[in-house]
Amino acid sequence: MKLKKNVPLIDQHDRHGFWGKKFGGSFIPETLKKPIEDLTIKFEKLRKDKKFIKKRDFYFQNYIGSPTSFVKLENLSGHLGGAQIWAKVVSEANGGAHKIYNATVHALICKAMGKKYIVGDTGAGYAGKMLSMAAKKFGLKCKIFMGAKDIKRQKPNCDAMRRNGAEIVPVYSGSQTLVDAVSECMRYWVSNCDNTHMCVGSTVGPNIFVKICGWSTAQISRELKIQLIKKFKKMPKKIKLINCVGGGSSAYGFWSEFIDYSKKQIELIGVEAGGPKNSKLHAAPLSRDAKIGVLHGAASYVCQNNEGQIHETESISAGLDYPGVSPIHCFLKDTKRARYTFATDEEALSAYKLVTKFEKLNPSLEPSHAFAEAIKIAPKLSKDTICIVNSCGDAKKDRDILKQRLGKY
Amino acid sequence: MNNSLIHQTFKITKSENRPALLTYIVAGDNTKKKSLEILKSISKYADICELGFPHNTPIADGGQIQTSAYRAIKNGIKINDVFSIAGQFKKLNKNKPIILMGYYNMIYQYDENKFIKRCQKSQVDGLIVVDLPFPENKNFAEKCKKKNINFIQLISPTTSRTRLKQIVKNSHDMIYYISMLSTTGGKLKVSPKKILEEYSKIKKQNLSKNVVIGFGITEKTIKSLKKADGLVVGSAICKEITNSIKKRQNIVTNVTNVVKKLIKEIK
Repeated sequence: MKLKKNVPLIDQHDRHGFWGKKFGGSFIPETLKKPIEDLTIKFEKLRKDKKFIKKRDFYFQNYIGSPTSFVKLENLSGHLGGAQIWAKVVSEANGGAHKIYNATVHALICKAMGKKYIVGDTGAGYAGKMLSMAAKKFGLKCKIFMGAKDIKRQKPNCDAMRRNGAEIVPVYSGSQTLVDAVSECMRYWVSNCDNTHMCVGSTVGPNIFVKICGWSTAQISRELKIQLIKKFKKMPKKIKLINCVGGGSSAYGFWSEFIDYSKKQIELIGVEAGGPKNSKLHAAPLSRDAKIGVLHGAASYVCQNNEGQIHETESISAGLDYPGVSPIHCFLKDTKRARYTFATDEEALSAYKLVTKFEKLNPSLEPSHAFAEAIKIAPKLSKDTICIVNSCGDAKKDRDILKQRLGKY
Repeated sequence: MNNSLIHQTFKITKSENRPALLTYIVAGDNTKKKSLEILKSISKYADICELGFPHNTPIADGGQIQTSAYRAIKNGIKINDVFSIAGQFKKLNKNKPIILMGYYNMIYQYDENKFIKRCQKSQVDGLIVVDLPFPENKNFAEKCKKKNINFIQLISPTTSRTRLKQIVKNSHDMIYYISMLSTTGGKLKVSPKKILEEYSKIKKQNLSKNVVIGFGITEKTIKSLKKADGLVVGSAICKEITNSIKKRQNIVTNVTNVVKKLIKEIK
């Protein structure tokens, strides 16, 4: 299994849609074959269309607000000693998280396909909130599928979705979290694919959804590459790009421009949700040796039992609370280009405490997992090592959990 | 595969000038023992029995079948139990075709070859894999055929003309036409006339293929589609199981009564 150079990772799949011959694909009911084929043809056409690219860039700049800033966390670096800690503050994007890139692109595709309805899944509520924003912006009717458990724990984002005029469909089946929301959303699309466009909220699902999402979030690393060279005059020799991984959309977006560099120069570190310290449950299929399985239309490492039933997951972070992971991250793991580890709920919470104590930054629980890893490794690294954390979400949505766990927000 | 039990069954129902009745239940709903009892009882009236592997992330099943599946999983049903139910059933009813239905992950985890072998050992006649469409299913379907197991291809209203031709060409004895854009158990939102028009398009490709229609078929709608080679009822049966449990009534009797009514409608 080998990575190709000079080819975007999203395009390194075979004709059946598999990365490294075993991850991805399109395991879908017959009814979705045609809509997915239509979407694939349309997307491949649009991404080559200069007018469409211009439109995308216009909205990225004027609606999402790019570039998001790239800053050194001086106080935190000083406190930890060792490597320099930097942050790419993606949470500055309109709406407060990276999910806006994928949502905007899906809304543009939906318009281009002449569909008036758009549906999507959400865990932390960011994918849903952003899709509802983009739907409002582009005049589309929007339905968001969300686990009943997540609706309770991510109320601020639900309020935002409703304000944007979207309908939230609570999902009561299974564990009532993201995994069930995605299943229900796909079922809805099976029944309404003739007039409805589906947005999958991360780099997961049937092949084409992995590609569209990755193509959208790649904006993050395009910006970062320019910012790095501007700050350091040339590409620094020792970089570590640290990102949380749930489905893996922000991590792919953060890394895509840097995959061709050597691992020695730019190390890619993905941090999954380890769940509560004393719990057997987690949401870390890559770093805790899950087996390959098929979930939501794609083959990837999946938390599951021997029988192929999908495991319940547990994490303080709703955005990472998902039993599967993007096939492109499985590919990066097996080719050893990226290293995957996990942080527990407790580690993420202490990281949040430390970061907010020293910096004017308010990372949500998802990137707090990435900060936990940065905090762990930085003291042991040299001063010329640049650890960059993708601060991909804002903690406003987590205020209830933080209040409860830390006594304050 | 013209000598398959499935094909012979259609021959009989055609000679009786009626569609075959196919019933679907989830294995282990609500217990292993009970689902075998249900199967034995309804097979007196059904022509072909479908038995589903319960799965906890079913992307094409509606509420009724989901409820049945969760119930079965909660009661500890395992893949091997499904085979043992099928095997025990076939021992008593060797002339009644049984079709197993499930999602690909379970086959993948079990191992394709081992899975097919186990099907053969349990005398399973056919397989439906919901999320393994054509052409991705070509290899697996070929493996099934070698072991005399019918791999059943699905066709839906969204299937393009070229695709339809290829699928029919690659199909075995039976093809499953999904009546409408829906998960299982949805309300029939397309007119029977329109459904039968689409159905004829498949038949025209090859008259020797047995084409069944499923999704949204209940006691109320079954009669309107009786021109088809076969009709599948699943959610309506699962719903009866749920209701019988709720009312603390005899599941086997109630479900059998539903199936009796269904066959009466199309005889």
